[in-house]
Amino acid sequence: MQEILQVTISGLATGAIYAMVAMGFTLLWQTTSTINFAQGEFVMLPAFLMLGGIVVLDLPLAVAFVGALLISAALLGAAFKRAIIDPMIRHGVLPLAIATIGLTLALKNGVKAIYGAEAHPFPHPFPVEIWRVLGVAFSSYDIAVIASVAAVVFALNRFLNGTMTGRSMQAVAQNPEAAVVLGIDVKRLILYTFVVNAALAAAAALLVTPVYLFKFDLGESLGLKAFYAAIIGGFNQMRGALVGGLIVGVLENLSAVYFAPAYKDAVALGLFVLVILFRPEGLLGREEARRV
Amino acid sequence: MTLPTLSRANVAALAFIVAMTAGLLAAPLFLKTYGVYLLSLWALNTVAAIGLNLTLGYAGQISLGQAAFLGIGAYAVAILMKAGVSFWLGLPAGVLLAFAVGLALGFPALRVQHHYLAFATLGFNALVFLVIRNEEWLTGGNFGIRVARPELLGHSLRSGIDYYHVCLAVLAVTALLVWLLLRSPWGRAFACLRDNPIRAESLGIDVRSYTLLAFAIGAACAGVAGAFLAPLVNFIDPSPFGLVPSIYLLLMVIIGGPGRFFGPFLGAAIVTLLPEWLRVADVWYLVIFGIFVVALMAFCPGGLLAVPEKVAAMRAARRSARGSAAGQAGARP
Repeated sequence: MQEILQVTISGLATGAIYAMVAMGFTLLWQTTSTINFAQGEFVMLPAFLMLGGIVVLDLPLAVAFVGALLISAALLGAAFKRAIIDPMIRHGVLPLAIATIGLTLALKNGVKAIYGAEAHPFPHPFPVEIWRVLGVAFSSYDIAVIASVAAVVFALNRFLNGTMTGRSMQAVAQNPEAAVVLGIDVKRLILYTFVVNAALAAAAALLVTPVYLFKFDLGESLGLKAFYAAIIGGFNQMRGALVGGLIVGVLENLSAVYFAPAYKDAVALGLFVLVILFRPEGLLGREEARRV
Repeated sequence: MTLPTLSRANVAALAFIVAMTAGLLAAPLFLKTYGVYLLSLWALNTVAAIGLNLTLGYAGQISLGQAAFLGIGAYAVAILMKAGVSFWLGLPAGVLLAFAVGLALGFPALRVQHHYLAFATLGFNALVFLVIRNEEWLTGGNFGIRVARPELLGHSLRSGIDYYHVCLAVLAVTALLVWLLLRSPWGRAFACLRDNPIRAESLGIDVRSYTLLAFAIGAACAGVAGAFLAPLVNFIDPSPFGLVPSIYLLLMVIIGGPGRFFGPFLGAAIVTLLPEWLRVADVWYLVIFGIFVVALMAFCPGGLLAVPEKVAAMRAARRSARGSAAGQAGARP
């Protein structure tokens, strides 16, 4: 029983990170129908930038993080939207998705060319200790990760529901045409969603890299898990991405300990297949109307 | 079946096929062993890409699991040959297995559109890779399986050039079968599906079963390619059947031109052969390749074979713009 609790808590920590990446993913899908295959690399690149700041420029982690966050927001948020999404969006979903696959190749191999294929250690942003409460051992790092993601989700929620800009962003996501009619500057708000996505990915990078170590293919499995989390929870719902991420994280961890560690990475796939067979709109999703 | 009329386009296509065949048959005269090996690899990649083109180009669905089907074909042959079964019995077994798995995977994934199949196939590929790597008793895991070259009518195919001819024959037969398929009423329903799925549905075409069959036939093509790949390399391990090879197979179709018959030929040539010529670029090659893909999607999402049409359309647009500008200037008093 105590062991199950421990495994669940560390699964929640992993799941919280999946959820953060998945939320950005659903944001892009909602506003521009972009399926961003490079989402995992959007986590890898800020991790690489942070490591560069720490190793080359000898910066403290906090400063490196802020720097990486800003560069990410500019490069993977604004520039990504202007240079790749804007010119391609009129071609439809498929070329855009393929372009993000091309971007994945370029980013991953660029970092590999610069920094090699080895795994590099990455400093922990929070202390790592084992806490014992009533015989259950927790890692302080897992708790800190869960708390950080909760704080980010809370802040994002306040921003989306409590501010004019945030509410306009939701309007754009729900119905772009109506948003234009209401006088919302749709283009600018879509840009914001890209910046928010890049920022979420950078925050995920800070939390996940110390655990996975830095490597050029860091984003590969992370991006995939985020997709699954988003679809399991409901592709058109931010809440769905959050729930989907947590479910995937916990079940993955439980199956690694109690079932088959070698097939841990297949858990998300299994859930995904079940969801699209029995509830294609996702656990919390709404059905999307098809446009002729 | 009526014979195609000899229109200019048909004559051009026929001349192109003859020239390509002659070039491919003559190529080993100018190449060393490795060059012949690369061309054999190109032929098999083209077979797999032709299959993927059915899914992507004609049924309009992204599949990122083609390398897994390649792996199913390759491992079926390798495992059966290890058990003493002839290659020529292993081949149909591998192809049938790939087809059946394609049906089983496509059935849930095609309930929903686009991105779902992409992720379902991506995850499926990851799963197949895990099985190949983990189930050492069956697949040899990371140690792989040695595969001997088969015999054909008592003639050993151990020489590189002989096996190259086999690969070319496989390509020719697959291409011919797919061409016949696309010309049949069934294939025309396919094209209709690609151009306007909703109209296809309203015309009574069962979109789901057509898409599913397209996907499963595409998987079977990959099974064929995989079955011949194992003896080509003489050894198989999990690495050529992971996610990255699947992405390359997808890009072959995209770069050549999805939905175009010769697209996979060109795309496979670019993805298989170009890196060998551009060895100087070394690690940066894939970076340049990635940027090239992004640029192609921005300027000509129809692939390289669509570039001439695109250029012609741009010229026509410029000419008509100039014409109307001149007309306006002339009208001015």
